[in-house]
Parts: sequence; C-alpha cells; structure tokens
Amino acid sequence: MASLVGSRVERKEDKRFLTGKGRYTSDINLANQTYAIFVRSPHARAQIKKLDISKAQKSSGVVSILTGSEIAEDKIGGLIAGWAIRSEDGTEMKCPANPPLAKDIVNFVGDPVAVVIAESLEEAKVAAEKVSVDYKVLKAVTSTADAMDGDTIHEGIDKNLCFDWLLGDRQKVKEAFEKADKVISIDIINNRLIPNAMEPRACLADYNSASEEITLYTTSQNPHLSRLIMSAFGNVSPEHKLRVVAPDVGGGFGSKINVYNEDIVCSWAAKKINRAIKWVAERSESFLTDIHGRDHVTHAELAVTNDGKFLGFKNETIANLGAYARVFGTVTPTYLFGPCATGVYEIPAAYSNVKAVFTNTAPVDAYRGAGRPEATYTIERLVEKASMELGIDKTELRMKNFPTAFPFKQTLVHTVDSGDYVAGMEKAKQMADYNGYEARRKDSESRGKLRGIGVSSYFEACGIAPSAAVMSLGCGVGLWESAEVRFNPTGQVTVYTGSHSHGQSHQTTFAQIAADELGVPIENIDIVHGDTDKGTFGMGTYGSRSLTVGGIAIVNACKKIVEKGKRVTAKMLEASPEDVEFKDGEFIVAKSNKKKTIGEIAFACYLPGVRDEMKSPLPEGEEPGLKETAFFDPSNFSFPAGTHIAEVEIDPETGEVKLEKYTACDDFGRIINPMIVEGQVHGGLAQGIGQALYENAEYDETGQLMTGSYMDYTMPRADNFPEFNIGYTCTHATTNPLGVKGCGEAGAIAAPPTVMNAVIDALGGQEITMPATAEKVWKACKNLKKSNSKAA
Amino acid sequence: MKDFNYHSAKDSKEASKLSSSNSAFLAGGMTTIPSMKLGLASYKDLIDIKNIKKLSGIKVSGKSVTIGATTKHVEVANSKEVKKAIPSLANLAEGIGDPQVRNRGTIGGSVANNDPSADYPSACIALNATIHTNDRKIEASKFFKGMFETALKKGELIEAIEFQIPEKSSYQKHPNPASRYAVVGVYVAKHKKDINVAVTGAKPCVYNDRDLSKALSNSFSSSSIQNMELDSSEMNSDIHASAEYRASLVVTQAKKAVDAC
Ligand SMILES: Cc1cc2nc3c(=O)[nH]c(=O)nc-3n(C[C@H](O)[C@H](O)[C@H](O)COP(=O)(O)OP(=O)(O)OC[C@H]3O[C@@H](n4cnc5c(N)ncnc54)[C@H](O)[C@@H]3O)c2cc1C
Repeated sequence: MASLVGSRVERKEDKRFLTGKGRYTSDINLANQTYAIFVRSPHARAQIKKLDISKAQKSSGVVSILTGSEIAEDKIGGLIAGWAIRSEDGTEMKCPANPPLAKDIVNFVGDPVAVVIAESLEEAKVAAEKVSVDYKVLKAVTSTADAMDGDTIHEGIDKNLCFDWLLGDRQKVKEAFEKADKVISIDIINNRLIPNAMEPRACLADYNSASEEITLYTTSQNPHLSRLIMSAFGNVSPEHKLRVVAPDVGGGFGSKINVYNEDIVCSWAAKKINRAIKWVAERSESFLTDIHGRDHVTHAELAVTNDGKFLGFKNETIANLGAYARVFGTVTPTYLFGPCATGVYEIPAAYSNVKAVFTNTAPVDAYRGAGRPEATYTIERLVEKASMELGIDKTELRMKNFPTAFPFKQTLVHTVDSGDYVAGMEKAKQMADYNGYEARRKDSESRGKLRGIGVSSYFEACGIAPSAAVMSLGCGVGLWESAEVRFNPTGQVTVYTGSHSHGQSHQTTFAQIAADELGVPIENIDIVHGDTDKGTFGMGTYGSRSLTVGGIAIVNACKKIVEKGKRVTAKMLEASPEDVEFKDGEFIVAKSNKKKTIGEIAFACYLPGVRDEMKSPLPEGEEPGLKETAFFDPSNFSFPAGTHIAEVEIDPETGEVKLEKYTACDDFGRIINPMIVEGQVHGGLAQGIGQALYENAEYDETGQLMTGSYMDYTMPRADNFPEFNIGYTCTHATTNPLGVKGCGEAGAIAAPPTVMNAVIDALGGQEITMPATAEKVWKACKNLKKSNSKAA
Repeated sequence: MKDFNYHSAKDSKEASKLSSSNSAFLAGGMTTIPSMKLGLASYKDLIDIKNIKKLSGIKVSGKSVTIGATTKHVEVANSKEVKKAIPSLANLAEGIGDPQVRNRGTIGGSVANNDPSADYPSACIALNATIHTNDRKIEASKFFKGMFETALKKGELIEAIEFQIPEKSSYQKHPNPASRYAVVGVYVAKHKKDINVAVTGAKPCVYNDRDLSKALSNSFSSSSIQNMELDSSEMNSDIHASAEYRASLVVTQAKKAVDAC
C-alpha cells in the first residue's frame, strides 16, 4: 500500500463546504429558542451612572433583560488571562476584573452592559434601543506609546502597566555593546490588526432543566478549554453539566481561542430563563469586540562589528493589551515574542524588555503568529538596516550570523532541535532569481518606477507546547493534546481529536496519518472533533500545534492499537507477540505465511459469537474492544524556519506599491499534504502582506474605532497579490515521530518584514510604518526626489 | 433594520405618486439597504422601480449614448455598443466596487445618490450628460449640487441619462483600497467644442476642474499639466487620504487620463 503521508490527497471536507452542507453555529436552530442582542458601550471609557431597562422591558416580545448587577449577584466569574507574567522586579502582573457584563464602568467601545433576550431578533433589536444608559464619559487612553502617561484606567493599576517584563541579561548586553564597532537602532510600530474571520462569532446556549445540563454551541477553536474556563473561572456550571460544541467554524486566526462575554452570558442566561438563546455577531460587532492583534511600539538596537558579526541585541517594547488581559493576552507579547526576537542568529548577548499597558481599546490577544510576527519584524527590519549601514549584501550578512550546527541554543530561551538556514537562504535566492534583480530594477527605473527587494529569514517556536516548560513560565494549564482511535467491529475507524479544525483541513491530514499508521483505507477513517461530549479532552488549535501535538497523539494511539493487534494475532495464530510484524494493515507471523488483517483483528477484539470456536481470540487478561487513547506532551517546541524574498514596484507619482514577486522558502519538517500546506502558506502570506500594505485598526483619541467596517478597514483581495512562488527545504523535527514542525503561522510571521524591507529598499532606506499605504509612500517618494535633487 | 412597506411600481407615474417625504426608491439597493441595516437611514416606504421595463436599457445614436436609470453597472461594462461609442464609460462601470455591487447597483441610483466618491457623476460632468427625469431634462452641470445633494425634487424619478459621445476620453481612478470607491477619479473628455476634466472624490461634490481643462485646451497633452499644483484647501481629508495628497492625485490621474486618451 502506497503511503498517503506526503501526497496531495483531496480534502475530505471540500464537498461539505463547497456544496453548502457545512454546519456552522448560526445554522443550528432549536425549538423555542430566543434571540439575544447585547447593549454595548458607545464610549471608550465611562462610568455607568444609571441603567434603566423599564421602557425596554415593556417592548414587544421581550423575554428578559439582564445586566451586570445580575451577573454579579449570581457570582458569575469574569474573563481571565491564562498566563501569569512576573515583572523584572519580581512582582506579579496586575490585571483588572473583566465582568461579562460591565456594571459600574466601561472600558472600550463595544464593552457589553446588558443583554436583551426576545422572541425574535427584530424585537430584541428594537428593545435594545430602548435600554437607556446614563454614562459619565471619562477621558480615554488610546495610544500605546503614551498609555503610561494617561489617566489610570483601572483602579490600583499604576501607569496602566500590567507588567514590566525582562528576558535576558542587561549587564551582558551592555558589555557587548561596549565592544561594538557600530550600533544599529530602529524605532518601529507593529500595527494593530483585526482578525476578520469569515464567520463572525456566534453562540447558541441551551438548557435542559431535567438533566441540568447546559449545551453551548459556539465558534471556538478549543471547546474543551472553553468548557474548562467557563466552569472553573466563570462559575457557569460544573464541568460535567456543561457541553461545549464547536461545529464547523469559519476561520479563527486566534480570535476564537478566547471564551467571550457572550458565551458566558448566554449560557448563564439560558439556565435563568430556561430557554435556548441564540446570538450571532454582526460584522460591526466583530470589528469592535473580537480580540485584536499586534499593536507594539518598539525600540531595538543591534551591536555589530564592521565586518558584520552580531554582538548584542536590545528590544524595548511597549505592548498594548487593550482594555483587559485575556487568555493569551499576556503571553503573546512576552514568551511568544521576546525569545524569538533574536531571530535566526547567533547573538551572544540579548534582552527583550516588554511593558504591557492597558488602554481603552478592544482586548489584544493572539492573532495568527502571536508574538512571533512582532519578533520577526523587529529583528529582520533591524538586520536589513544593518546591511544598508554596513554595506554588506543582505543575504550575506544574514548567512554570516546563522548558526551552522544543530541543536542550536538560541540566545534567550529555545534550543532549536533541527534546521539548515543556509540551505533555506540559498534555495530562496535561487527561486527568487536574487542575482538577476539588478536587471529588473533597471527595467522598472526605465519606466519611471522605483523597485525594491526585501529579504527576511525567520524561525518561530510553535507546536505549542511542552507542558512542564510553559507551566514553569506561568501558563495556567498544560498544553498537551490527546487522541482516541476507535475501531468499529466491522473495521472502520473513528479518530477523536482534541485539536479543532476551523480551516486547517484536519479531516484530511489526520486521516492520512491514521491511514498510514493503521493500513486502513482513508475512506474508512473519520475524524471527529469539536464536541466535549464526543471523545477525548483537548487543548484546541492555535500556535501551529494541531499536527505537531495533536497529530502525534493520533500516531501514538494508533501505535497502541497495533501493539494490541499484535498480541491478539499472536494468540489467534499461536505465535509469540514478538514474532508478529505489522505492515500495510496486516499482522504477519515472521517466517510464515500466517497472517490476519487489521479488520479481522478488530472483529475478533469485539468478541463476536463464533459457534464452532469456543475459545476466545483474546489473550488472557486482554480487555475486549479495539480502542486506544493517547495523550502527547511534546518535549520541546517545534521550530519551522525559512527565508522569504519580496520585490515591489512603486509608482512615485501616486505612491502605489505593487507587490511584483513573492518567494517563500520554508522548512516545515515533513509535509503530510503539500496541497494543504500550500493553502496554509497562501493564507498566512495574505495576512502578512495585508499587515504590511493594507490592514490597520485605527482608534481616534476618544477611543472610537475609525476602521470599523470594510469600507475603511482594508482587507486584502486576490488582485493585491502576485502568484506566490513557494518552495521548501526539509529537515525533520527530532522531537516527534513524524518529524513535523507546523506551517499555519509562517506566512503571517515572515511576510511583513519581507515586504516592508522591499518597500524601504525602494525608498532608499527611508523608514515608513506599516501599512505602507499609497499616501505614506508618496510622501517618502517626494522626500527622495528632494534629496536626490540636492545631491545632484 | 426597521420595518418598512415594500411597493413595486409598474411605471414612473406610480413610482412618483407613491413617494413621500419618508420614502426611497429601491433600484439596486446597494446604498439604501446597507444604510438601513446600519441604522443610518430608515424609511416608511421603499418603492421598487426595477420592474419598470422602460427604465432599463442602452441606446446609442450618432451623437449620444442613453442609458436607462435601472441599467446595472455590469450591463454598461459589458455593453458592446457602449464599448464602441464611449469605451471609457464601460471602463468606468467595470471598475465600480466588486462583482456583487456591479450586478445589483444601477446608474440611476448612483447618480441620484451623488456620493462624493462615486464614479458615475464624473462621467456625467465630463460627457456633458443630460439627466432625463419623469418631469424634465436637467443638464449635468446643474444637477450635482453638493455632498449627496442633487437638483432632484422629492418624488422626481430619473428615467435615463444621456451622454454626449466625445472625440476622446478616459477615466482614471485611484481607488480606496478598502471600499474601492474613488479616493480621486478624473474623467477627461475632449469634445469638439470643449474639454472637460471632471473630478470625483477630491471635494465634497464632483466638479469640472477649470484650471486643468484650460491648460489642456491650449495643448491637449499631459506635459501641459505636468507641473500644475492645485489648491488643496477645499479638498476632502480623511483617514485614507489627506487634502494635499488628493490635490496631487487629481493632477496625476488627469495626466494618466490624457495619456490614455
Ligand atoms: C461595497 C460597495 C462598493 C461600492 N463601490 C463603488 C464604487 O467603487 N464606485 C461607485 O461609484 N459606487 C460604488 N458603490 C455604490 C454603487 O455603485 C451603488 O450602485 C450606488 O451607490 C447606488 O445605486 P443603487 O442602484 O444600488 O441605488 P439604491 O441603493 O437602490 O438607491 C440609492 C438612492 O438613490 C435613489 N434612487 C435610485 N434610483 C433612482 C432613480 N432612478 N431616480 C431617482 N432616485 C433614485 C434612491 O431613492 C436612494 O435614495 C459601492 C457600493 C457598495 C455597497
């Protein structure tokens, strides 16, 4: 049987999605359900003086209106940060309470203050407009850079500072900088983004008063984790009386990791009113209340020798957490960011210092890449600048500082098990025709255009994550994953996974793995996920962890099945288990022609009545059934890496930037399905290029979101991109049996500095901030013209 | 969205009769429906005019192209006759919004709405259009009064728009990357007697740039406007483009248009 791992198996999920047979949360309707509309704060920061629901209560169709007071009375818990960060001075981080419905004070536009539940959506909307809230508007804090000088948003949190965190050794860095020939320094902004999943958030909470069970259908990337949080911290219901189902989910990019206010409120309220409650976000609500991403202000420095050796690195960052600290809000700008900021380089001394601040904006949390795009942007913009200032070719300078031996002990935290950065760079250069660039530049010039080329090499720590390591760094949970593999008596297989697919094609990739491990045709393998009542526990999908952690749990459970199969075969064929080999779905007794198929073994394991064979096929002490569970806790993160190269052409008259060429050469370890990986790379690149050229979440000084719809928030479209030139190098991860590293976030991590380096190259080295909009580039072109004419 | 009454009119007369101070005509609905959904507008009555056969279609004569009010953008973009008579007009329609918008939005709706960054108003000005209503004929130069303001009276219905076929013309739009509306769009048309440089997106209302057209009348080449700098004090400024940038874009897009003529 040919191996399926490594082949472009067509996606099992396509038929469902492409023929409209997907089943998303908002497709689900329950008899007698009600509809919720949330009343949200129109102000970024205000005291609630009075909240009057009397008029709204009389509105037609209203079932119930609940506010922050009832939430508090029922002792329903608030939303939490999942990771405790300690400041450099040893103090614990300071986080405000984040009640699901605000009672006394609101902290961002969109913060919910009440929920209106009615018989129909229209009635809920009409009634919601009649809820009258008397606000005393306070001065909002919205700027990341100035947040520490603003009014105190949360009582007791001085300077709006959640923590002031340090990773690395300041003294060593100081010494390294003293030895430097040159210090390259840079001030950059990592622009704030809105995740924009295609499916807006939604939930449907149902309560059964007889079983006292709440069922919550919700758009989550991690239903088990959501249940755990709602139960342990939200006090919504004991865990065994709460079922969380995340059916088909249309994209997450990190924005659906969090348990949100609406999940808690609808679950709690469903029990209170003893009816099902449905809520579906409007797109405007998504813009305002989904977690946002990035939003860093960074000053970084690189100490170098004249011949281009890196000696030391400093990273001083202010990270905006938004109004509240959420699940991965505090780890994203620290452990997911700080260690990776030294990039793919050997730098003897380094530190990352991050001040995380609260502002009156939507909470900021993990968004595709989470911390690693910010890290890569910092180091790769800095290295590109170093190449300009030192006059050393950008690829040479990078290669000069690449590690050549693996495992590579990276400066701050990670030990990278495997990689070959030089090979990646060389292949990328060849794919991009790096050496032919000058001719293309001249051609652009002859047409009055400016051309630039940008390079970025990245590595990232994903496959999140070894539990012991993350718990020692403050994580509230272990980040293992589990799987259950279950044979039916007639030989088909159901694989239950704790990973969750919201666009990652697990149904196909995971089935390919199981098919290879078990020798069962892929058509006979079903992947089940997304329901806390079905199968095993799980921590969900983010941080490129599904394959590297969840996939390995599947492999390990399959291996247990095979082991049991060997024991059963041995008994049935009267051989010793050590002499049974398993290959392509068959158990074969060595040096004989005796064998059993895995289907026969599954059948035997379920002990069918066999009249003429009185003895059991199972060895003594062996339990019936063929079903195994495995929990996998990785021994290390995984470390995809690569080099990307971009070329842009700029029209100096309008400032329009055209991305002419984009080359991505990545090392994801072993690739299970190249077609699916390409899709992941394309999506990541689109988001990364979007950050560099188009996307930007902008608040005005009063805290109103200026980019609250697609009329103003620029989502990139297909015609913004060239054909992507994608290739791979491959070094296998040594820390898991498949040798896989993860591919979901790479594009979003590598693309922003690659594109910006190209834009800035075209602009003669002038710094501009992301996104490189036409007007900003136009201004820079005017400066260039001025300085050129001065020079002439 | 608030409740409203839906009416379908069978002819212009009925449509006009049904209208009140609290009603809107429903053509493509591409402006009206989103504004209602976002709570920016609400109407008691929506009067659907799409079933009025007479309002849709394209007629070309020797001198002019007449397009019925409910003709969709996609129909103008794909029309062989329009492409032949005024290629730049088909080109303009092709560049409106996205396929969904082009398959619903209508020329009459666009012109009646007079969005400061809409494309069609510039075509009306550049191509010396006449707006035919159920009541009268209005010259384009007298039709666009200000931001979202036109010469239409309450209940007055656009039936067709008649464009004069120019000798040469080109429309060059610098789109807003998010919405794809015009940040600045410049429609240059050279007629036998005059040259129009209609500008949309730059100011609160579409206008004919006299400085540019005068310069081009002396010599119809982009070099004659090459170094012109426009006063930006009356230009729009928002998060997508400052007034200064818009002023520069007007000249740049005008040059591109002249070169493309
Ligand atoms: C996402 C998006 C992108 C867009 N991008 C662009 C763009 O790039 N360029 C551009 O120019 N436009 C753009 N538009 C607008 C689009 O062209 C619409 O077609 C136009 O604004 C309105 O036309 P409609 O037929 O949809 O009018 P409707 O929404 O049906 O009506 C709009 C208004 O016009 C009135 N009206 C309609 N027909 C008549 C008539 N015959 N007589 C009198 N009054 C009438 C109605 O009473 C109403 O007040 C975009 C719209 C959207 C939603």
